[in-house]
Amino acid sequence: MADAIAHAVTAGQRFGLGLKPGMLEGLARDPRRAVLDEIDQADLAGIAAGDLLSGQQAMQAHFEERHGPQVRMDAPATARRSAAILQDEAIARFAHGMRQSLGFVERLVLFWSNHFCVSVRKGPTVRVVAGAYEREAIRPHVLGDFAAMLTAVVRHPAMLVYLDNRGSIGPTSRAGLNRKRGLNENLAREILELHTLGVDGGYSQRDVGALARMLTGWTVAGPDGRAAPPGAFVFNPNAHEPGPQTLLGRAYAAGGADQAEAALANLALHPATARFIARKFARHFVADDPPPVLVARLEADFRRTGGNLGSLARVLVTSEEAWTVPATKVRTPYEFLLAASRATGVAPANPSQVLGPLNAMGQPLWAPAGPNGHPDTAGDIAAPEAMTARLEAASVLARRMRGAAADPRALQQALFGDLSSPDSRQAVIRAESAEQGLALLFLSPEFLRR
Amino acid sequence: MLCETPSLTRRMLLGGAASFTAWAHVPRLAQAAGGKDRRLLVVILRGALDGLSAVAPLGDPDYEGLRAAIALRKDGPDAAIGLDGFFALHPALPNFARLYKAGQGLVVHGAATPYRGRSHFDGQDVLENGLGGVGRTDSGWLNRALSVLPAGDRIERRNGLGIGTATPLILRGTSPVLGWAPPSMPRATDDLTERVLDLYQHADPALFRALSAGLETDRMARAAMADEKAAGGPATPRGMVQIANGAGRLMAASDGPRIAALAFEGWDTHANEGGAKGRLATLLGGLDEAFAALEAALAPVWQDTAVLVVTEFGRTARINGTEGTDHGTATVAFLVGGGVRGGRVLADWPGLKAARLHEGRDLAPTIDLRGVMKGVLADHLGLEGRALDTIVFPDSAPIRAMRGLVG
Repeated sequence: MADAIAHAVTAGQRFGLGLKPGMLEGLARDPRRAVLDEIDQADLAGIAAGDLLSGQQAMQAHFEERHGPQVRMDAPATARRSAAILQDEAIARFAHGMRQSLGFVERLVLFWSNHFCVSVRKGPTVRVVAGAYEREAIRPHVLGDFAAMLTAVVRHPAMLVYLDNRGSIGPTSRAGLNRKRGLNENLAREILELHTLGVDGGYSQRDVGALARMLTGWTVAGPDGRAAPPGAFVFNPNAHEPGPQTLLGRAYAAGGADQAEAALANLALHPATARFIARKFARHFVADDPPPVLVARLEADFRRTGGNLGSLARVLVTSEEAWTVPATKVRTPYEFLLAASRATGVAPANPSQVLGPLNAMGQPLWAPAGPNGHPDTAGDIAAPEAMTARLEAASVLARRMRGAAADPRALQQALFGDLSSPDSRQAVIRAESAEQGLALLFLSPEFLRR
Repeated sequence: MLCETPSLTRRMLLGGAASFTAWAHVPRLAQAAGGKDRRLLVVILRGALDGLSAVAPLGDPDYEGLRAAIALRKDGPDAAIGLDGFFALHPALPNFARLYKAGQGLVVHGAATPYRGRSHFDGQDVLENGLGGVGRTDSGWLNRALSVLPAGDRIERRNGLGIGTATPLILRGTSPVLGWAPPSMPRATDDLTERVLDLYQHADPALFRALSAGLETDRMARAAMADEKAAGGPATPRGMVQIANGAGRLMAASDGPRIAALAFEGWDTHANEGGAKGRLATLLGGLDEAFAALEAALAPVWQDTAVLVVTEFGRTARINGTEGTDHGTATVAFLVGGGVRGGRVLADWPGLKAARLHEGRDLAPTIDLRGVMKGVLADHLGLEGRALDTIVFPDSAPIRAMRGLVG
C-alpha cells in the first residue's frame, strides 16, 4: 500500500498538476492507469473558445486599434485592449488547469507550449495572439503528430510575427526584385536549432538559408484583408523565392507553400529530431539528467511512430524509470501556482493574481527571454533568487487561501498521505497559525519537488 | 507592411524576465593586484552587438556602401563622434566619448571569441565558459578566475551576489555566487523564513543552499539599495541604468562584492536597426547612461574599477533585407574605469572589402577576446599567466594576454 500511495503521489507530482484533496486513495488503486486514462479521454487539451478571440480575430482587433476604423470589418472582432485579451487568456488557461482531474494532458500542453514558445516581449502583436496561439497550434496536437504541431506552429501568425518571418521576402521573388526588403533567417534557424534537429543536429548555415527561402511568402494577411481575412495566415506567392532548394542534402522542387510544408514534414521525421525531442521530454518530466535507457526508448518510439506524441506520452508513463527515479525536479512557477490553487480549491480572483507571481518568480506567462523558452532544469528553477521569490509567493498564496484550508495538517495528509517527511510534518504542525502552516506546506520539499 | 514594435529581447540564454539581471561575486580574498581593492564588472550584451555601428570604421572605404541606410556620418546632425581619425563612436554614446577623451575608456575592435557559429546560445556559452568551443556549461571563466585570485588582505566574509533570476554561466562554478531580485511581492515574515530554512536544513540540503544564498544576498542588497523596485528590465535604457546603479552601489560598499557580471539584453537587431537614431541607438543610449551610472555609483573607488563590456558575436557587415543585420562574427569590446589606459581603439583592422570578410559576410576576427579578458585579469587582478592559460581559459596558452589595458 505504501508503494501504491507513493505512485499516486508521483502521478500527482511528476505527471499531474498536483492532487486535490480526496484524490489520493482512489488514485492509489492504479496510478498508472489513471495517468493513461487522461491520454485516452477525448480532448482534455482543448479550451472551449467561449468569449476568447481566435488568433485571426485578435489580430484584427489589434489592427483596428492601431489603424483606426478604415479597416474592413469582416469578422466580428471587437476592439479590446491587448492587455485585456492576454488577461482573459491567462484566466481561461488557469481555470482549465484547475478543472483537470490529474492534469497530465495539461502538463503536456505546458511542455509543448514552452518548446514552441512565443514571447509577448516581442511586442503588442504577439501579446494579443499568444493565448490563441497555444489554443490553436499547440493544444489540438499534444496527443497527435509532431509534424502536425510543427506545421500549425509555423503557420500561426504568432510565430510568423515572433520570429520575423512575416516580412521575409525571397531575394529574387517578384516582391524582392521590386523592393528593398529581403530574406530573414530567424524562423528557419530556430526551427532547426530549437524546434526539430537541435543545435547538434547536423545542419549548416546553408541549410538555414535554404529553409528560410522555402519559408518566404509564409506571412500574415494585412489590415486591408485583400488576400485573406486580416490577421490570418496567408501564403504570398509574390514574396516566395522561386526555384528548387536543397535542405540537409534533400532536394525540394520549386513550388509554393507546399515546398516548406514538405521540408517541415521531413524535419519532423528526422532521426536528430527524435533524439532531441526524446531527451528534452524525459528531462522535463523525469530528471535533469534522465536515464539513458528511458531516452532511448522514447527516441525509438518517436522514430517508430513517425513522431506520434500520444504514443510518446504513453511510453513515458509505462516506463518503470518514470515512476522510480527520485523527485529531483522542481515545479515551475506556473505549476506551483496551479498546484496551490488545486490543493485549496481557491481560484485566482483576478488575472494579476496569476500574472504577478509568475513575473516575480521569473517565468512570466508566455514571455520567456528567448525562443528557447523558460529554463527547465532544477538548478535554474530553484536558483537562489528564484527561491526567495518562491518563499514570498508562498507567503502571499497562504494569506489568500487560508480561509479555505483551516487545517493545513489535514491538507498535507490528504495530498501526501504518510509520505510527508517527519520534518515537513513537524514544520506544519508547529506553525504558529494555519496561514503559516499552509505556507510551509506549499514550500515543503514534497510539494515543490516532482 | 505592418510596422511591428521593435523586438525588445529576442533571444537570451539566461536572464529571464525579472527586471534586474546582474550578478556579482565577492572573492574570498578581495584585495588583489598591488594591494589595491580592485573591482571588476563584466557587462554582457546578450543578442550580439553590432560593433560596426557602435564604433564605426568611417575611414574604411567600404563601410558606407555596406551599411547604406544605417551608416553613420562624419558630419551633419547626429554625426558620429570621431575617436582617432578612422573610427568614430555612435552618437548615442557621449558618456563613453567623455571617458575616452579622459583616458578612461578603451575600445577593442575586430574581436571575437573562438566561436564561429551563429547561434546566440552557443555563442554566449563560449563567451562565458572561456573555452575554445561549445560543450561545457558547468563553470564560467569569471568564477574560475575567483578560484585562483592571489591572496591579499581579507575582507569580511561574504559569499557573493547575484541579481536576476538565474546565475549566468560566466559566474557559475565552485566559487559560491549569490542571487538577488528586486522585491515585487511583499516579503515573507522573518519567522516564516526561519522556519522554512530550518525545514530545508533537515529535509532538503539543495533547497537550503539555494534559499540561504538568496536570503543572504537580499540582506546585503537591502542594505545597499533600500528596496528599490524593479523598473524597465534589462532590455530598456531605464532598466539598464537601474541595474548599473544597483550593481555599482553594491560594489562600492566596503563589504560589497568586488567581482560581478550583469547582462543587458535586446541587441539582436535583425530588423529596423536604425542609424544615428532608432532601435540600436536607443539601446546604446541605455548602455551609455549605464556607464555614467556606474561611474557615479563607484566614484569613491573608480580609480580601482574596471568595467569590461562584451557580446557573443558581431553582426553582418552588410545590412539585410529588413534594414537590420544578421548574426556575424567580430565586433567590439569596451573597457572603462579609472585605471583603464584608455583613449585608444585597439584593432588590427582587416578591412571590409568583400574578399576580406569572414565567410564573405562578417567583419573578420583579428583579436581573440580571450586575450583581452586575460589582459584585464592579469593587470587588474594580478592573475598569473599559468593560471590564466590552464584554469581560467583552459588550453589557451597560444592566446597571449593583451597587457597594458589597465594601469
